[in-house]
Amino acid sequence: MQAKKRYFILLSAGSCLALLFYFGGLQFRASRSRREEHSGRNGLHHPSPDHFWPRFPDALRPFVPWDQLENEDSIVHISPRQKRDANSSIYKGKKCRMESCFDFTLCKKNGFKVYVYPQQKGEKIAESYQNILAAIEGSRFYTSDPSQACLFVLSLDTLDRDQLSPQYVHNLRSKVQSLHLWNNGRNHLIFNLYSGTWPDYTEDVGFDIGQAMLAKASISTENFRPNFDVSIPLFSKDHPRTGGERGFLKFNTIPPLRKYMLVFKGKRYLTGIGSDTRNALYHVHNGEDVLLLTTCKHGKDWQKHKDSRCDRDNTEYEKYDYREMLHNATFCLVPRGRRLGSFRFLEALQAACVPVMLSNGWELPFSEVINWNQAAVIGDERLLLQIPSTIRSIHQDKILALRQQTQFLWEAYFSSVEKIVLTTLEIIQDRIFKHISRNSLIWNKHPGGLFVLPQYSSYLGDFPYYYANLGLKPPSKFTAVIHAVTPLVSQSQPVLKLLMAAAKSQYCAQIIVLWNCDKPLPAKHRWPATTVPVIVIEGESKVMSSRFLPYDNIVTDAVLSLDEDTVLSTTEVDFAFTVWQSFPERIVGYPARSHFWDNSKERWGYTSKWTNDYSMVLTGAAIYHKYYHYLYTHYLPASLKNMVDQLANCEDILMNFLVSAVTKLPPIKVTQKKQYKETMMGQTSRASRWADPDHFAQRQSCMNTFASWFGYMPLIHSQMRLDPVLFKDQVSILRKKYRDIERL
Amino acid sequence: MCLWSGCQPTVPKNKIKVFIYSLKKYVDDSGVPVSNTISREYNELLTAISDSDYYTDDITRACLFVPSIDVLNQNTLRIKETAQALAQLSRWDRGTNHLLFNMLPGGPPDYNTALDVPRDRALLAGGGFSTWTYRQGYDVSIPVYSPLSAEVDLPEKGPGPRRYFLLSSQMALHPEYREELGALQAKHGESVLVLDKCTNLSEDVLSVRKRCHEHQVFDYPQVLQEATFCVVLRGARLGQAVLSDVLRAGCVPVVIADSYILPFSEVLDWKRASVVVPEEKMADVYSILQSIPQRQIEEMQRQARWFWEAYFQSIKAIALATLQIINDRIYPYAAISYEEWNDPPTVKWGSVSNPLFLPLIPPQSQGFTAIVLTYDRVESLFRVITEVSKVPSLSKLLVVWNNQNKSPPEESLWPKIRVPLKVVRTAENKLSNRFFPYDEIETEAVLAIDDDIIMLTSDELQFGYEVWREFPDRLVGYPGRLHLWDHEMSKWKYESEWTNEVSMVLTGAAFYHKYFNYLYTYKMPGDIKNWVDAHMNCEDIAMNFLVANVTGKAVIKVTPRKKFKCPECTAIDGLSLDQTHMVERSECINKFASVFGTMPLKVVEHRADPVLYKDDFPEKLKSFPNIGSL
Repeated sequence: MQAKKRYFILLSAGSCLALLFYFGGLQFRASRSRREEHSGRNGLHHPSPDHFWPRFPDALRPFVPWDQLENEDSIVHISPRQKRDANSSIYKGKKCRMESCFDFTLCKKNGFKVYVYPQQKGEKIAESYQNILAAIEGSRFYTSDPSQACLFVLSLDTLDRDQLSPQYVHNLRSKVQSLHLWNNGRNHLIFNLYSGTWPDYTEDVGFDIGQAMLAKASISTENFRPNFDVSIPLFSKDHPRTGGERGFLKFNTIPPLRKYMLVFKGKRYLTGIGSDTRNALYHVHNGEDVLLLTTCKHGKDWQKHKDSRCDRDNTEYEKYDYREMLHNATFCLVPRGRRLGSFRFLEALQAACVPVMLSNGWELPFSEVINWNQAAVIGDERLLLQIPSTIRSIHQDKILALRQQTQFLWEAYFSSVEKIVLTTLEIIQDRIFKHISRNSLIWNKHPGGLFVLPQYSSYLGDFPYYYANLGLKPPSKFTAVIHAVTPLVSQSQPVLKLLMAAAKSQYCAQIIVLWNCDKPLPAKHRWPATTVPVIVIEGESKVMSSRFLPYDNIVTDAVLSLDEDTVLSTTEVDFAFTVWQSFPERIVGYPARSHFWDNSKERWGYTSKWTNDYSMVLTGAAIYHKYYHYLYTHYLPASLKNMVDQLANCEDILMNFLVSAVTKLPPIKVTQKKQYKETMMGQTSRASRWADPDHFAQRQSCMNTFASWFGYMPLIHSQMRLDPVLFKDQVSILRKKYRDIERL
Repeated sequence: MCLWSGCQPTVPKNKIKVFIYSLKKYVDDSGVPVSNTISREYNELLTAISDSDYYTDDITRACLFVPSIDVLNQNTLRIKETAQALAQLSRWDRGTNHLLFNMLPGGPPDYNTALDVPRDRALLAGGGFSTWTYRQGYDVSIPVYSPLSAEVDLPEKGPGPRRYFLLSSQMALHPEYREELGALQAKHGESVLVLDKCTNLSEDVLSVRKRCHEHQVFDYPQVLQEATFCVVLRGARLGQAVLSDVLRAGCVPVVIADSYILPFSEVLDWKRASVVVPEEKMADVYSILQSIPQRQIEEMQRQARWFWEAYFQSIKAIALATLQIINDRIYPYAAISYEEWNDPPTVKWGSVSNPLFLPLIPPQSQGFTAIVLTYDRVESLFRVITEVSKVPSLSKLLVVWNNQNKSPPEESLWPKIRVPLKVVRTAENKLSNRFFPYDEIETEAVLAIDDDIIMLTSDELQFGYEVWREFPDRLVGYPGRLHLWDHEMSKWKYESEWTNEVSMVLTGAAFYHKYFNYLYTYKMPGDIKNWVDAHMNCEDIAMNFLVANVTGKAVIKVTPRKKFKCPECTAIDGLSLDQTHMVERSECINKFASVFGTMPLKVVEHRADPVLYKDDFPEKLKSFPNIGSL
């Protein structure tokens, strides 16, 4: 009491308080404070016209005495270890963070492995949750051994926690508690789309989640535990498990404006939570380029609550087709529903209709890694009336960028359940292994975080996607990797000619012979002498996929991949490499192949015939970035790689699927050359797999297996090839740089 | 936050308005000041705000209020009284829209990670937040300013390997940490240097500027420039001023402070400038750092230095970054981009961000719009129209009539073609008219074609369009040209001979995206547009510069075609042969390169041909059989 009394309360009681005004050490004028009250426009003088804030003539003391910090640091007696332990016992529940509620040691030994509880008989699991579990089980993170696991996912369906929903799982609390690996939710991840119910729609999932992390839709910033929970988008039960539809944007129109500026079509809630915003939308609706349509017709007793606007709104609502609106609008309003998130969000994203968020306090999906300012307009419910003028003020260049970004994000992280799940897992993995995690650039630029594995390198310049962003030049050298499967018996064998041809290229840094032949390695002197180093690696298991292992011996970013019986001249190698430098993210090479949809068989077909287009360039003679070795080995599932190994076939097709899935672009065929194999040139190579009649049939079936794993057909056709500028031109051959190419 | 008028979108330039309360001295009833007078740094901070565009002296129009009560260092405050003083502020209202700056929060023994002064709804710009005290999206995490930034002159040292791999320079480390560091030093020898306070310095030496290892004395902060990585450990507080010194020295900070919210982490991508290691893993720090590629280390060194220069080096920089972050939250659609926040000037300068960045192959069905610029060569124009109209994917033909003295021929005289033909009459005979983004262009693809290009076949044009679809962000054209560096003259030279390389395609016959019309018309740098119109030349070179500069990509020359105007013409037709013309075009290249400040053109050695071009294959089965070889 005494203390309280001693200090003044300014102005309030007009008591014995002292208030001194300071200006440059002088007692200065009460006029300043008056000006404050009178808003400064009443002719009172500024201290100086340019500087409001006073300049002090005397030196002021620094904010921290020179020895304060050192003294403070040295008197701290609590040990850091104790402090950490204290934190992890204090910060539980709503205060959970990775530091306090997650056991990092479980991830130390086996890395980021995810265990899914076995499904119990009699437990119903809705399709959406089945899809989530399938996505985890099909991923490279999955383990069936709980002792290996770093993260645990329940097989109890936690997606719909609305008690009124038919999908609601009862007695979850006791079911969860009885799991012997539950460990109070530690290192568990719980997926949830709906929580709470009428009338207040709380964010409580209705059972004690302990120290588990939530991957939850419609989560509010208030309840969101940063860097612990993951905000996921609300998706419908029809959301595809893998693959997923592409975005609707087919071309960039200029100017980037569409018929409607802003649209919305959805339910209006007459009462209760979330009704305010939607009830106000009609103020902004103008019936022309701003169409905000609501209907009262939903729920059983809508007529009971119906207001005077309902009939008019309902008529207007019926007049417009939602899909037509989506396709023809520049901006799509995404107001909150009963819950913060709504289906409108993903619908707008896919439709390249820039979402205008009107859902205060919603922690946007994957906000930990996605910079939503690049793809959406974050509005404020309180400023609804200003939304039209705000979006009209957005520059067209910005609209063009926002729209493209919606498409990138949709396809990178949202178009399938699998992508949503993998994004969630990768975000968590990045937290656990902080020093090998993706930066914001990786997450927000094509091809996105799921295709860029930070374990490959922490240096962005080691990936083929960021040269332009970093202002770097593409690599200037390549490593030739020759896949050898037949023993070396004669000095005239094609593989030796090939080796010499590659070695003579001015861009060649080294040659690696991958010895995948059952016979022992030939003696060193059997290989020709070259100016570049020749390294022979003995393939350990001698399987097909080993040709795409990311060998440390490969010191360059570019790989020239060669079959042993490939016929290629140094000129051809040189030319292909210069082309690759222009397209470092693609496969650039000689043998082109094509795929087509076989209507009669209702499946994908493969053809090696001469066609007017192609969608694959085989890796028997192709240049690509070394990163694709890493991606092939670490991104693709064991099932596909095993198939390749068992058949000893299709590795080249799989590589093309992978690269096109990443780039969304076709490979590039260089020059006219089609015959690139000894066998094709009339000689026989006994071991050639191309001679096998089953070979072709296998390749057909590979195509279909691969397409089904990817969930769509990633290959894309191209109708052009790249030739040297003067190729076959009627000009003296001496003027041509790549003259040898024409002699073939 | 409240959205008062000062934070509404109606405010010009989307800038929030910040009001600063005038300076008052608060004393208790015995006349003892509640806090020290304002500190040098807080004075600088308020000065910086009052000198900035954010400042308003009109309290009724403000969005954000900054008290002149200095709470930078909690150690110098009386907590309860400061809270009372804050509550007296005329607009306080439980701190709504008030911004407090605090760099040193907490006090003994536990040192809270946020200012202990009750502040209610006030935003806190705090140094040393932990994940538990930081209200994401509300508070702003700021650096602890290092006074050495102003006191010491430390010239920049470029990135590259340094004498010590890992350095620890903090003085009052907890013994537990010191033990771990000692173990690292014992294991890795001289590449690890652990410094401590010097014990036996003479009185007149400023001890904050010295560090010691055994009997060796080092100058601080200079010694930081000798290390590749520098440890930043938590002390009593999470935020440490040493972080600023370390960044400044271009030493990559190794932040070992669990739960610490790094400064400005809302916008700065710390993964590009630092390594964060959990305290538990301190023993593994060396191997973690060793796994980082050398090139990445250099990037991080550059990045670290840039962060210091832009956001740490002065109180002003800290204050303005804080306000910018709050401003970006209130006007998210006008927010500063990731690149602007994070890219160091060298990267900003050298990098390209393509406005058409989405990999997209537009559907064939949309077709293209042909634009023919013409003056009075009606006969030739009609021939071009007739030829071009045969191309299957042509969707519209636009004739830009650039002759103000003569009317275009009557409608009945024009060739009858299957697609809409539209004539646009221009107000002035300018070359730039061909690149105007006319509303009549309803397709993404534009074919610019001169009124005398009669040699291109329908197959060639259709193929060009197909190639453009695969490269919609490039110039895809037929006549290829090259720029060369003339070593004798030390300048650029234009080359139209048949060469093995191309770096430009002429817009006498080229496909490109309509977006580039918009760029050419409204975003061409410098005086290039006027210069081109005045000289009636080089509009095509200007377009090549523009597209290459904005996309960072090379052109695509399609098909071998080299003759365009008549079969008898030499390959380099009419105009182009003229020597003065060549000289002028070389001049253009030099002029444009200087305006752009760089040579954006990219040289390539390839051209695009149909897949089956020159193949021994039945012509009728080829999609594009009629590809001329000259």
